[in-house]
Amino acid sequence: MFFPISGAHISPIYLALVGFLIGILGGFFGVGGSFIAGPALRAVGLDWNFAVGTDLAHIVGKSVVAAKRHRALGNVDLKLGLIMAIGTIGGAEVGAQLIQLLKRAGNVNLVVSVVSIVVYVSISSFMIWESRKSLASARPNTKRDHSAFSHVTRAIQGFKLAPMIHLPASGVRVSFWIILVVAFVGGLFSGFLGGGAGYIRMPSMVYVLGIPTHLAVGTDLFEIIISASYGTFSHAIKGNVDILIALVMNTGAAVGAQIGAISTQYFAGPKIRLAFVPLPLIGAAIVIYTLMSGHKL
Amino acid sequence: MKKETAKTLRAFSIELVVYAVLVVAYFFLVLHFLGGWLHSLEAHHRYSYATVAILLIIGQAVLLESVTTFLLRMLRGRSE
Repeated sequence: MFFPISGAHISPIYLALVGFLIGILGGFFGVGGSFIAGPALRAVGLDWNFAVGTDLAHIVGKSVVAAKRHRALGNVDLKLGLIMAIGTIGGAEVGAQLIQLLKRAGNVNLVVSVVSIVVYVSISSFMIWESRKSLASARPNTKRDHSAFSHVTRAIQGFKLAPMIHLPASGVRVSFWIILVVAFVGGLFSGFLGGGAGYIRMPSMVYVLGIPTHLAVGTDLFEIIISASYGTFSHAIKGNVDILIALVMNTGAAVGAQIGAISTQYFAGPKIRLAFVPLPLIGAAIVIYTLMSGHKL
Repeated sequence: MKKETAKTLRAFSIELVVYAVLVVAYFFLVLHFLGGWLHSLEAHHRYSYATVAILLIIGQAVLLESVTTFLLRMLRGRSE
């Protein structure tokens, strides 16, 4: 199928299948799935700038479906999501400007590839350490969301810089500025590497803000709708979005996202975090393969 | 339990087939007609294109979520 906006020839079945897979992962882990979607779009010859912008557009649609399902399950903290959206939008704009700078310098592909590999491997390494430690120290048959990193989380929550924000849905009281910094960093990666940056934000919400994993997943998806919409708009006016590709991907993602969201209720927090570990590594492996094979870099 | 799982899987398989037919029709109808217009919009009116793009993706998501939920409920014969 020919997509006139990006000038790419891509099978719609391939796009729908990629969307379906990412939909399951997104619904289950609260991530945009850009670590899979970006390389998957690059693998069929789409330029990085189009892959980044188009993936963001697809994430908006998928997150609408998954967040609606998570809301029904009581896994969305609306207050936290709305506050985070402010920081994420600021960060996403800075990230998108960085992409424009690199486009003008002519080395966008190499820089984005190297940064994404470093980020993906770092996240996976940390999460495998933390989740295994949490599972080893958890009491058998407990449903409580325990984290081996909780002493650091408590220290961060003890940082009382006004205004303090009480989040009754999550059972947390934390400084507004810490929420803003977490959201800004997530937004920066969102604008720079593409996607909703849930691979940064979902773990940050758990480890830095102390949000229970299930709520972090649902809230992240809700927040992604706002921030990814802004990111899509920003990339679209810069000519980085092929909305036809995103619409086709979303046909698969709509089914996958519902399956993923429903599945979260059968797993405890540390197990969800441990299962998360291979995903960024898969993304890193695909980027390394693309770099080494020299496929349209 | 096994009977319930088998029923769910069967309903899900039928849903996928029905959904695939709808999606193929969607590819040919909507994307075929929208393609040229969106391409022209993207080339000449970027701000309008950006707005339309967001409205399209959100609108499609709401529509598809309703379709998949409706199909699941219809095929399983009960509310989830």
